[in-house]
Amino acid sequence: MSRRPGFVLEVDKSTPPTLFWGGEGFTLETLPEGSRVIYAPEPITPIEDPYRAIRHALLHPEGDRDPLPALLRPGMKLTICFDDISLPLPPMEAPDVRQMVIETVLDMAAEAGVDDVMLIAALALHRRMTEAELRHALGDRVYDAFAPHGLLTQHDAEDPANLVFLGETEQGEEVEINKRAATSDLLVYVNINLVTMDGGHKSVATGLASYRSLRHHHNPQTMRHSKSFMDQPSSELHSSNWRMGRLIAAAGVQVFQIETTLNNETFPPNFSFLQKREWEWSLRDRATYAATSGALAKTPPRVARQIFHSIRSPHALTSVQAGEVEAVHALTTANVWAQQGVDVEGQTDIMTMGLPYICPYNVNSIMNPILVACLGLGYFFNMYRGKPVVREGGVVIMRHPTRPEFHPGHHPSYIDFYEQVLPLTTDPMRMHKEFEESFATDPWYIHLYRTGHAYHGVHPFYMWYWCAHALAHVGRVIVVGGDPKAVRRLGFSPASSLDDALEIASDVVGPSPTLTHVHNPPIFMSDVH
Amino acid sequence: MAGAGLRNRLRAPRFPLGAPSWPTSVPRPDPERKIGLDYDHAWSRKYPARLARAVVLDNVARPAARLLAPATVRGLEHLQHVDTPVIFAANHASHIDTPLLLTTLPVEFRHRTVVAAASDYFFDRTWKSVLWSFALAAIPIERSRVNRKSIDTAAELIEDGWNLVIFPEGGRSPDGWTQPFHPASAGYLGKRTGRPVIPVFLHGTRHVLPKTADADAIAPGGSGTEARHGGRLRRSPIAVLFGAPMTADEDENARRFSDRVEAAVATLSREVHSDWWQARRSLSAVSPTPGADTAHRGPAASSWRRAWALDEPPSRVHDTEWPN
Repeated sequence: MSRRPGFVLEVDKSTPPTLFWGGEGFTLETLPEGSRVIYAPEPITPIEDPYRAIRHALLHPEGDRDPLPALLRPGMKLTICFDDISLPLPPMEAPDVRQMVIETVLDMAAEAGVDDVMLIAALALHRRMTEAELRHALGDRVYDAFAPHGLLTQHDAEDPANLVFLGETEQGEEVEINKRAATSDLLVYVNINLVTMDGGHKSVATGLASYRSLRHHHNPQTMRHSKSFMDQPSSELHSSNWRMGRLIAAAGVQVFQIETTLNNETFPPNFSFLQKREWEWSLRDRATYAATSGALAKTPPRVARQIFHSIRSPHALTSVQAGEVEAVHALTTANVWAQQGVDVEGQTDIMTMGLPYICPYNVNSIMNPILVACLGLGYFFNMYRGKPVVREGGVVIMRHPTRPEFHPGHHPSYIDFYEQVLPLTTDPMRMHKEFEESFATDPWYIHLYRTGHAYHGVHPFYMWYWCAHALAHVGRVIVVGGDPKAVRRLGFSPASSLDDALEIASDVVGPSPTLTHVHNPPIFMSDVH
Repeated sequence: MAGAGLRNRLRAPRFPLGAPSWPTSVPRPDPERKIGLDYDHAWSRKYPARLARAVVLDNVARPAARLLAPATVRGLEHLQHVDTPVIFAANHASHIDTPLLLTTLPVEFRHRTVVAAASDYFFDRTWKSVLWSFALAAIPIERSRVNRKSIDTAAELIEDGWNLVIFPEGGRSPDGWTQPFHPASAGYLGKRTGRPVIPVFLHGTRHVLPKTADADAIAPGGSGTEARHGGRLRRSPIAVLFGAPMTADEDENARRFSDRVEAAVATLSREVHSDWWQARRSLSAVSPTPGADTAHRGPAASSWRRAWALDEPPSRVHDTEWPN
């Protein structure tokens, strides 16, 4: 059967109940008649021979770049940077795309006799990856060749000795990035572009930047004016990164960009029902759903979390392009849209979404309430081009248990943010002005970030800023099935069921609202007309 | 009240325990064709399926057939030295024809024979496809029009060493009289593969399992008893007559060969109440030209007269008349 595009279903009497994620579990909800459900396109057929495709891309670069072998020579300083654990979601089955690309690059570097090669995980302010995570991303062959010799490092945004200031953009944005990367003869950046926001100049300008540099676009003003993050011409975050990227290029940093896109085959066959249309569920799908949801309901959250985080996604490579940053990214963006774009006519009063157990910042970790807000309002809300799915003043209903649980090793500053900042304000601007700096410069958080596996002290603020556009746009946010205290702490309204949530929403949108559900997995982008 | 409660309890389970309903606004795609002509029946000729079928055929079907339809079998000597594989071309009056014919075949044929079955009837559901593929080693054949795929499949199986049972009329006789043979069946396959065709006449099978009257065929205002006896098994003796193997001549086309096979079946039909010599004599008397005999198709008369002629008791049958 040929691949079917995404589509918008109008719910009628014959429509079976619709799947909603809810953290480490899922349920079926009966949506009111007349509601709409947006379904993602089916997966693109992957590239049959990824290694061959990667090699071809490196030999036939886009834009004003020579083929990679022509850029490699003995005695040169080569740095290979790569996306961190936040991509893709869930982590993909081995071999990871990063491994395949980096192995191919290293083959060419070895052939050219390049001795000075260093690998850097482009963390920005994310947590450092563990050895197991690095091995999974890069493969044992790469890890064992570089890590024991100190040639596989992770970007440290708080190491003044290993940062270099490259200048200011015309908007006054300071650009400070990883010194080794900036001073190399060639910087090869290996991307996994899961959404259109990923890649481009953001790779280096954000992934290898310091707090001093990041604060110029990771702030409430920029986030509020990124409508959306995924729609590049309308994203202030994108514009800021582009200004910085062009400054980096002007400063003489030679970037050879490699971008890859994956299909949306998100879960292995055992969970394939999750991304099927409900009326097409087979007997096996229904049996799996009944058994899994029943078992998960009786499983302690900690165990359920471990089960879900052990899932490896069967994502497969659909395109790879290499060369000059902007030329590459234009192609990549088109390829991501080809997989994820869905046409949607008009906005809705109520947007519903089921939030899964994972977001970019809790891989192998806990999805705490701040990340719940970020996933729903920062990511799912922003997966649009044109206009948001929900109208201005509308209501967002999210389903997630939203337990006030935190990973103390990964998210230490989140705990204090939740306890000290959120009780006082949920206003991103006030947080930015009154609290951000103290968290960002706290020596204990910096120490944990640099030596442990902790997100930077300022990271929970960024997650909240990520919600800034949605918070300014919608009239109310309701969380179904969430811990009431935690939900209220976020400034949202708790509801025990979808019916209750719709009742609460009627205060804002009236008694006969329109409703649109974004059906995930897999993720998709709404092109709202 | 109790009945309603029971009905409620017995109501089909709701999704996800029950099957999902289909949204009205979503067009149903054509189901993936895995039935009918596209059904993959190769499994039914693998060793495990053949073994299981042989066990069922020899230990269940044959004893049951003897009890239900004691058979008089003639002409088995034609099969003793024939060069296999062969094509059995038989008249068709009942669904019971196939199992009864299979159970009368010698063992060396019985377990190496596939049956051409109507794709629109025996392969229109997955369960039916599985059942008939297993029970009869059936393969789907398009009967309403010429279909290259189904003919190719049958020819490939013959070339692969499988005997084939085919009913060249293309379906059961509506009234018991034989219908014209379809040239694109036994005649064509015999011509194409060069394999011998064995004419077969099955007598009396429509009494064992009569064809149910079509609802459309029942006249408005009828008594409602027209199909009273249809579709039920009844014990009744049968006769199975095998003719001499026939091969297509080099200059003979499929249509002419098909006519010749049909004539051979007609000759066999006359043997039921006489013998080979009487049948040959009566045939020559009626029609000296082979293939021109149409007596087995019944009189060109009203339906009751055709039925009357068909069901005439054997004691009243003249040796020049057929069938009974």
